[in-house]
Amino acid sequence: MWYFSSPFVVFGEEALGHLEQLSGERALIVTDATLTRLGIVARVEEALHKAGMQTRVFDEVEPEPSLQTTKRGARVAADFQPDWIVGLGGGSPMDASKAIWAMYERPDLEPTEINPMITLGLHKARLIAIPTTAGTGSEATWALVLTDTEERRKFSTGSRELVPTLAIVDPSLTQGLPPRITADTGLDALTHAIEGYVTVWRNDFTDGLCLKAAQLVLTYLERAVRNGDDMEAREHMANAATIAGLGFGNANLGLGHAMGHSFGALFKQPHGRAVALFLPYTIDYTTNGGLGRYGDIARFAGLTDSRDEEEAARILAVRVRELEQAVGQPMCIADFGIDRAAFREMLPRLVEYAEQDTQFFTAPRIPDTEELAQMFEYVYEGRSIDF
Amino acid sequence: MSYKFPSPEWVKAFEEQINSSDAYANAAKTWEGDITLIIDGGPGIYLDLWHGKCRAAEYLTDPHSKNPEFKITGDLEKWKKVLAGKLDPVQGMVTRQLKLDGNLVKIMKNVKAAQELVRCATRVPTTFE
Ligand SMILES: [Fe+2]
Repeated sequence: MWYFSSPFVVFGEEALGHLEQLSGERALIVTDATLTRLGIVARVEEALHKAGMQTRVFDEVEPEPSLQTTKRGARVAADFQPDWIVGLGGGSPMDASKAIWAMYERPDLEPTEINPMITLGLHKARLIAIPTTAGTGSEATWALVLTDTEERRKFSTGSRELVPTLAIVDPSLTQGLPPRITADTGLDALTHAIEGYVTVWRNDFTDGLCLKAAQLVLTYLERAVRNGDDMEAREHMANAATIAGLGFGNANLGLGHAMGHSFGALFKQPHGRAVALFLPYTIDYTTNGGLGRYGDIARFAGLTDSRDEEEAARILAVRVRELEQAVGQPMCIADFGIDRAAFREMLPRLVEYAEQDTQFFTAPRIPDTEELAQMFEYVYEGRSIDF
Repeated sequence: MSYKFPSPEWVKAFEEQINSSDAYANAAKTWEGDITLIIDGGPGIYLDLWHGKCRAAEYLTDPHSKNPEFKITGDLEKWKKVLAGKLDPVQGMVTRQLKLDGNLVKIMKNVKAAQELVRCATRVPTTFE
């Protein structure tokens, strides 16, 4: 027995206009200050006003949102009493909006107490997720990642009740994204698609979604990075991110995310850049153990016809590296400008946090502690994984 | 030789598996906490787990006779699936086929230890009747 959770998805050009058709009284928009400045918050407010709603904006969400921020947002919600909460932005505002929704309705809970095994019993508000990047997939999942700033550590949790009611996937919102952010977030989507396809929790409902999302990113990401106004590429990337979210959100992820979460938290690197760094190494490691089903992805994306699973997997790893290089992704830890001494000092924690990550245990091949440390060492130098 | 699940002999064999597993010892080296695995309407299996070792294992006719930090409850059919490797215990808990009493966050931070523990259980030659 397992579940498939999904929001109602509105996608494509003019999707944002769907907001005008909603009914409700008060909408709290959870977002960041940049989107207010860019006028995107105003566009969302305008549509909600046309639907007859009052709006309030909480735009204090920082990248890698903290527990403290979500608590402040929950206080704003308690004051405003919204019947809709709108998570607008990249993964950070969307994740924060989920936590704010939960704490608004369940003030008795700490964010760290949210988990899939308790019933939240949400009934006062519903959630709209509107991504402005094409990557995180948070608009389609019940997961959220928050940072405990005191412990310098991320924690991932979730609840099936926190799947957004509605996801608005409007490619025009990603049009102005700078190439660097387009690349980081797009590679996150690629990592979701590939890891979601090979995880031990994969299932019949998620396989097709992950394959399609991987194919779309492999086809369109480079175009979207090179020319941000290529709206065909933007639209396919926006769709790919949500499709990958539907896939991995119902199947979990693997080593790339476990290692990336750990590395990103300890060295303050953006999520997508951190997980994509590890992706090709984890493909090699998993393939070396004769595991992974990567060949299916390579064939579906048209990279090869080979029925030799190992060969096809290697072809996928090569293509991922080529794409990452083409969009300016650092290929090893040293490329991030981290010196060896700082890396060495952090290595025990890198390993410990990765092993304790909620994505670690669903990887198809799981390293032991020594192997994991060795993998980090190899990734530091950019050596191919030969074990 | 195989052991009937659940029985005191099975619990003893499970304890031996745990204490001879390097993988468990390594994965659970910082774990401190006791746990009772409860078969719905039946007995319990109490484990006192400490720094990669099982300090005590007990078959409990009354599964609630101890007050451990964690309790996981499920019916016999679910436990059979766990032992056969057909039910991932975390998925079992998420879908509420297995019920957890205790701090989930602590378990999630030690999922590797939990997996090795399950692996030890699957290595006990087991019969059901
Ligand atoms: Fe991700």
